[in-house]
Amino acid sequence: MGGIPHDHYEPKAKWEKGLAKRLPIVGLMYDTLMIPTPKNLNWMWIWGIVLTFCLALQIITGIVLAMHYTPHVDNAFASVEHIMRNVNGGAMLRYLHMNGASLFFVAVYAHIFRGLYYGSYKAPREITWVIGMLIYLLMMGTAFMGYVLPWGQMSFWGATVITGLFGAIPFVGDALQTWLLGGPAVDNATLNRFFSLHYLLPFVIAGLVILHIWAFHTTGNNNPTGVEVRRGSKEEAEKDTLPFWPYFVIKDLFALAVILAVFFAIVGYMPNYLGHPDNYIEANALATPAHIVPEWYFLPFYAILRAFTPDVWIVMFASWISGGIIDAAFFGVVAMFGAILVLALAPWLDTSSVRSARYRPMLKWWFWLLVIDFFVLMWVGSRPAEEPYNTISLIASTYWFVYFLVILPLLGVIEKPDAQPATIEEDFAAHVGGKDAGAAPSAQPAE
Amino acid sequence: MFKKLAASVVAAVMLSTSAFAAGAPGGHVENVDFSFDGPFGSYDQNQLQRGLQIYTEICAACHGLKFVPIRTLGYEGGPELPEAQVRAYAEFYEVFDPELDDFRAATPADHFPASNLENAPDLSLMAKARAGFHGPYGLGINQLMNGIGGAEYIAALLQGYTGEEKEEAGVVLYENTIMPGGWIAMAPPLWGDDLEFADGHATDLHHLAEDVSAFLMWTAEPKLIARKQAGFVGVVFLTILSVLLYLTNKRIWAPVKARYKKK
Repeated sequence: MGGIPHDHYEPKAKWEKGLAKRLPIVGLMYDTLMIPTPKNLNWMWIWGIVLTFCLALQIITGIVLAMHYTPHVDNAFASVEHIMRNVNGGAMLRYLHMNGASLFFVAVYAHIFRGLYYGSYKAPREITWVIGMLIYLLMMGTAFMGYVLPWGQMSFWGATVITGLFGAIPFVGDALQTWLLGGPAVDNATLNRFFSLHYLLPFVIAGLVILHIWAFHTTGNNNPTGVEVRRGSKEEAEKDTLPFWPYFVIKDLFALAVILAVFFAIVGYMPNYLGHPDNYIEANALATPAHIVPEWYFLPFYAILRAFTPDVWIVMFASWISGGIIDAAFFGVVAMFGAILVLALAPWLDTSSVRSARYRPMLKWWFWLLVIDFFVLMWVGSRPAEEPYNTISLIASTYWFVYFLVILPLLGVIEKPDAQPATIEEDFAAHVGGKDAGAAPSAQPAE
Repeated sequence: MFKKLAASVVAAVMLSTSAFAAGAPGGHVENVDFSFDGPFGSYDQNQLQRGLQIYTEICAACHGLKFVPIRTLGYEGGPELPEAQVRAYAEFYEVFDPELDDFRAATPADHFPASNLENAPDLSLMAKARAGFHGPYGLGINQLMNGIGGAEYIAALLQGYTGEEKEEAGVVLYENTIMPGGWIAMAPPLWGDDLEFADGHATDLHHLAEDVSAFLMWTAEPKLIARKQAGFVGVVFLTILSVLLYLTNKRIWAPVKARYKKK
């Protein structure tokens, strides 16, 4: 695997040779684990392992929870309470699963913004990026359906609002919504199919994760400089890289342990902090909660969904030009999915030949503004739909699109990038030896 | 730079999320120093038993606890009634048995009955279904310090009556400063000195409200003690593991970095 020259697995014993001839699985595992990895990866490159851990955690706790859960509108809420009260370790399992979803999204957002800052999405890693975006989309679908399963008030009304988005699509919307729900409203059929899909999708995600890893093992990791590993010879490559095991495995596990310590503190001491109190009230189709809000990780996109109210000129214009087919509700849905689409299209929207924002003096500022924008959207998504929140969410939503559709294409043309280091080794040496360490000690033999 | 980002991710998630977790705000709820607060807090057995008595003699007239099995009254970390008392307590209640097609006296294996009144919400999870703290500015940051405040909310609500009444569409509503909207259909359930405790504990309104709130926190979160213990063990274990992995990591990278260190 991979275009970076490195040592491959050599079967030695007779049985190893025999196995390798028939099923080269040891070689595959060896190459995966020993992949040459840029020496200069910083702490933002640890989220991949956190995400892999989250997927495993969610699948394992989820499978056990499914053994005790009943996907029926009459029993779902009570079966969750059964898990919380009667199942051995059930309360812990459920809180781990509940907060595991939050950890999953903290990690995925950090991972995505890492990619945006260091230009990890750029050629030749576009496929890695797009697969990653598919994983992210599936994660959102899985998390949304999982949130419906406890059948609390927010489960029910969240499901009603979100599936209603599909109802906003012109012509086919109503039919599509009915088809998705399995009936005219959120009911037992909905709960059953959400349970089925909530169980299925994580395994689809696992499959895509394998493709994601395969893709970036083929291109090699990006790194904070965005400069490629030298591939002229094995000796050259070894000056820029170290094998994944043990150097990065141990580093990543250290980071994972620190993150899990925080995670366990939340699970142990404030497991409901990130949830909504209303979800401890059983679903009631006759009582609408005062504010229907999604889980925190959906808030930025929920804000974009709600930002385009009927009195915004672009919505009025779209409505006028389409003869009223595009109304504010549909416009919001398009904007929300569009916000994720522009993210997925970043590799083709960014025209700069420089990967890392470290050497892009203008992009740096716009990037941090995007990070702030993301949190503003998250905050405003949790607020009721009234002034001044409407205006704030409109401005913040606009910037999201401006970043991807205007700034990324434009900066490639007008920005004058700073000098990049010639090699990864040079960057690593400067980092380890201090800024003025100068050239890499290339005279020394690489080990 | 990215350390900053990581820190701000955590901070911002904490801030923005609790903003909505705070739920619909009512009146101002004061923090109560409950025994189960804090990382090492646990339920006060005597308080839970008093709360159970208040629930049984007053709340249970209208409200139910349908998710709570009666047997859990004897479990560790709860009111911890002796087995005989749990059995005797269960017999107070009548439950419908579909096999007998008739009512019979409850046993510890049964759950508490559901609400008697259609409009009286079930109280099993009430202490987790309400948030007492929302501030400052609706951000919910104070929940990090004080907890979500469900028990505090109940205690405050029980003491929040002003004495004003009004009739709306044939229903009498009572003014309550804590209830969102200011009016509640529940008549003031506690006045102070509504009952007597065997241990002679104070029975003024303030104490009764807190005792029954503590009891309802237990019905909502019976595994609270086990959860905090697991959290503590997890944090300690992972902290030790982090230190070991930190040292391992340092050791592994030392020879690599030494090659580039200035001589």
